[in-house]
Amino acid sequence: MRALDIKLLRDLRRMWVQALAIALVMASGVATLILGVGADDSLSTTRAKYYESNRFADVFATVTRAPNGLAQEAARIDGVAAVETRIVKIAMADIDGMSEPGSVLLVSIPDFHEPVLNQIHLRSGRPPDPAGRDETVASEGFARAHRLTAGSSIRVLINGRKRDLKITGTALSPEFIYALGPGDLMPDERRFGVLWLPERMLAAAYDLDGAFSSLSLKLVPGTSQPQVIEQLDRLLLRYGGLGAFGRKDQISHAFLDAELQQLKAMSRVLPPIFLVVAAFLVNMTLSRLIALEREQIGLLKAMGYSSAAVARHYLGFVSLIAVAGIVIGIVAGSWLGMGMTTLYARFFSFPFLVFSRNPWIYLIAAAVTYGAAVIGALNAVRDVAWLSPAVAMSPPAPQRYHRALGSIDLSGYVRQSYIIVMRHLTHWPWRTASGVLGMALAVAILVGSLWSFGSIDHMIDITFHRSDRQDASINFTEPRRIGALYEIRRLPGVMAAEPYRAVAVKLKNGHAERRLTLIGKPAGATLSRVLSADLKPVMMPDKGLVISQAVADILGLHRGDLLEVEIMEGRRQKTLQPVSAVVTGYIGLTSFMDLETMNSMLGEGSVISGVHLAVDPLQRIDLFAALKATPTANFIALQYVALQRFRDTLAQNITIMVTVYASLASIIAFGVVYNFARISLSEQGREMASLRVLGFTRGEVSGLLLGELAVVVIVAQPLGWLIGYGFAWAMVKGFTSELYRVPLVINSEVYAWSSLIILTAAIASGLVVRRRIDRLDLIEVLKTRE
Amino acid sequence: MVELAAAAKTVFRIRGLCKTYRSGEVEVQALRSVDFDAAEGEFIVILGPSGSGKSTFLNIIGGLDSATAGEAWFRDHALTGQGETALTQYRRDHVGFIFQFYNLVPSLTARENVQLVTEISRHPMKPQEALALVGLENRMDHFPAQLSGGEQQRVAIARAIAKRPDVLLCDEPTGALDSRTGIKVLEALTRVSAETGATTLVITHNAAIREIADRVVNFANGTIASEQRNPVRKAASEVSW
Repeated sequence: MRALDIKLLRDLRRMWVQALAIALVMASGVATLILGVGADDSLSTTRAKYYESNRFADVFATVTRAPNGLAQEAARIDGVAAVETRIVKIAMADIDGMSEPGSVLLVSIPDFHEPVLNQIHLRSGRPPDPAGRDETVASEGFARAHRLTAGSSIRVLINGRKRDLKITGTALSPEFIYALGPGDLMPDERRFGVLWLPERMLAAAYDLDGAFSSLSLKLVPGTSQPQVIEQLDRLLLRYGGLGAFGRKDQISHAFLDAELQQLKAMSRVLPPIFLVVAAFLVNMTLSRLIALEREQIGLLKAMGYSSAAVARHYLGFVSLIAVAGIVIGIVAGSWLGMGMTTLYARFFSFPFLVFSRNPWIYLIAAAVTYGAAVIGALNAVRDVAWLSPAVAMSPPAPQRYHRALGSIDLSGYVRQSYIIVMRHLTHWPWRTASGVLGMALAVAILVGSLWSFGSIDHMIDITFHRSDRQDASINFTEPRRIGALYEIRRLPGVMAAEPYRAVAVKLKNGHAERRLTLIGKPAGATLSRVLSADLKPVMMPDKGLVISQAVADILGLHRGDLLEVEIMEGRRQKTLQPVSAVVTGYIGLTSFMDLETMNSMLGEGSVISGVHLAVDPLQRIDLFAALKATPTANFIALQYVALQRFRDTLAQNITIMVTVYASLASIIAFGVVYNFARISLSEQGREMASLRVLGFTRGEVSGLLLGELAVVVIVAQPLGWLIGYGFAWAMVKGFTSELYRVPLVINSEVYAWSSLIILTAAIASGLVVRRRIDRLDLIEVLKTRE
Repeated sequence: MVELAAAAKTVFRIRGLCKTYRSGEVEVQALRSVDFDAAEGEFIVILGPSGSGKSTFLNIIGGLDSATAGEAWFRDHALTGQGETALTQYRRDHVGFIFQFYNLVPSLTARENVQLVTEISRHPMKPQEALALVGLENRMDHFPAQLSGGEQQRVAIARAIAKRPDVLLCDEPTGALDSRTGIKVLEALTRVSAETGATTLVITHNAAIREIADRVVNFANGTIASEQRNPVRKAASEVSW
């Protein structure tokens, strides 16, 4: 081995802690990119494969009742590749051991062949036998929640009659990755499940022999979906069609999409920032580290090594660190990515998992990191290499300092140690600035990782505590006269009841149109309220619609604009309505109207779709028992359950990611602060030893360096908060989907935690440096130059 | 060995001082039982080749290093067997150091470099006063980078004496300077030494400097090989090399 190589290895061994700290910063940057993009890619690929293998439909439609023969007509629509007709009904279920009422979606499967579309993936047991009596396959999550296995039975209120269904197996379906009860905010596997039954049985129960209530289409790739939907709507109009919709309005798909979009936002916004920040820090650190090698470089050149050879030597040095960092990053990133993908896959109940490995991501991560390291090293070597060896070998001439405040003489007012700290900081403004920026970025990536907690709390507060304040909501099977409200008010434990009407509509503004649910609310609703942008309750206006900001953005509407409202049920009226107000809404696409105005527009009299309730918690069980016996309700949404589920799903998903990112951000932060302190010590070690010889105590001398570190760290905090706010803003932009609008609310705790982590890193590094200062070799100072 | 007239005037009393360095498996005896005394106000030049132990000796009596055996006293303070805190306090209160490479703080002006020491001293002189003693009253607000090597060393001398130390320990103070500048520095050194009455020990390779001393101590092989007293001290301006 050449002497120069031995030097390289020995140097690395001597500085292994620092080298490791730098490598870990690089590794964190690389790992974040690989894990984020890897998890996102893997989940998207898995979903695509799942959809494909189980033939998930492209278009969905619901009708009241249509003859089976209509399927052939639907198949003749241009671009339709396959048609599946089914009977789909929602029913209340009475489950042993669960006081709350639960509901199940009953979905028919063909009696003698596999479904053409939306095939189920059997996880255990066998499909129901059409010849058998009341057999069914249950969705896996629901079965798991109630420990239902092949052989157990479940009591369901089917078309007013209680029937005991025998479970023959459990299954998954791409259609119900997220199974959401009607009117519910969040999926709840305990209270809502899917049961697949033989078509013959459901047809008999609901008097739908030779007819269907649900239709799905698979389209030929490249087909215009809106055109197909238009033709299909025309076809189904006579049969009570509620308007067909594509995947993006299919609830399960929409939720999953929103989740994946959040993942994508987290993996496409934060990791590149991490990578760039890590690269910047590595660049800064290595160039300072190599600048310290000035004399060695001079010596090598004096011995006859060329500048290129010297540059190669130091490139080798940083390359070893960089390669170590990249390898650690790739291994950790792949491992974490795989772990995270598995975790999410389990959460989404994918039946299988496809790990996607994009070689470009590995290449980009490695190239950016390596490039930053090499450029940092080359800059430093270049600065020294053009010096003549004699000059390089002698210590750098004392720096020319200037008074920080011009000719103002602070002597006598300020201790000299403070002046030293101040002059150091102002003498190398770039170095100080890059130090401050480095620490600020470390703070910022922490803020960028941690911000979501405040926003989620805010979302929960607004949605569950200020807007939808009801304890429960009853969704009727069919719209009912207003008299139903008074019946509900008489139920045990009901403290207040507030009606609502929900109608499927299509809102149009020019070419922009959106299918959604229009909710009618009483003018002075107090339970389920609509809030304005400044969070004040909005009274339902006599005329016009109140729409959420998300709807306004999609349709390009402002307050006062007119929009076309097409009712998708009943007589399918089309009316022009003004936008009376645009309001805040974080979950879903929402639009509201005054209940009376809505009813007179529909011309069906005083009709309601359901009731929001305030419930006396002490009588909750009695109420549930009464509701279970109410055949007119098909689903009871419980707000406390929804809130719990909201925390469990969205919040938990984000928490997993955030925890990983925040950990990596902490590693970066520690690496940066530690290196900053260590390099400052190398740069000023001699000066400090001189002061020790002059009689300064360890504490006083440490104070100089730690003071400098403290100033840099403290100045970096507000800047870091500001940059972090920017990162969070970028994330919020990425998070926003039709289902979720995440408000950017960063509470002071986020800033405090970010700063606390950095300050802890600074104090820990300070202590390490302090220990080194204590061990400074005083005698060396007397003899040697540098 | 010259016996001192009165023990009360003795600043340093060193007996049987030994120092052994161990590096790996090799033991180096840097000092082998050195006996030494220095009287108040004495100007002593220590000569000796590299490795003769003179720097180790200076480090121990300066409170920078510890002895392996023997004892060293500064007045009635024992220097051997003391902890780090006591030695720091000793350096802070009694010792002025002058280094070969000045070791000024580059970010402080001449005056501020001196002030750095006066701020932690008990009875310091004013920084201006100290700088005037070395003839730098007109360069007080210059940074080290704006001063010549000789001027920087004079700032270092001013810094060392500003605390009114009892002893001035100089390790090759002219080692990095040319002869003309070196003589200026020696002039400053002898002047402040005389004016403050500090006992001054100067380590040097430069035998020409011996003539400005009261006493010359020659180190060889870790021990004092010889000592001589100059009947007449030459002025710094009279020597040359």
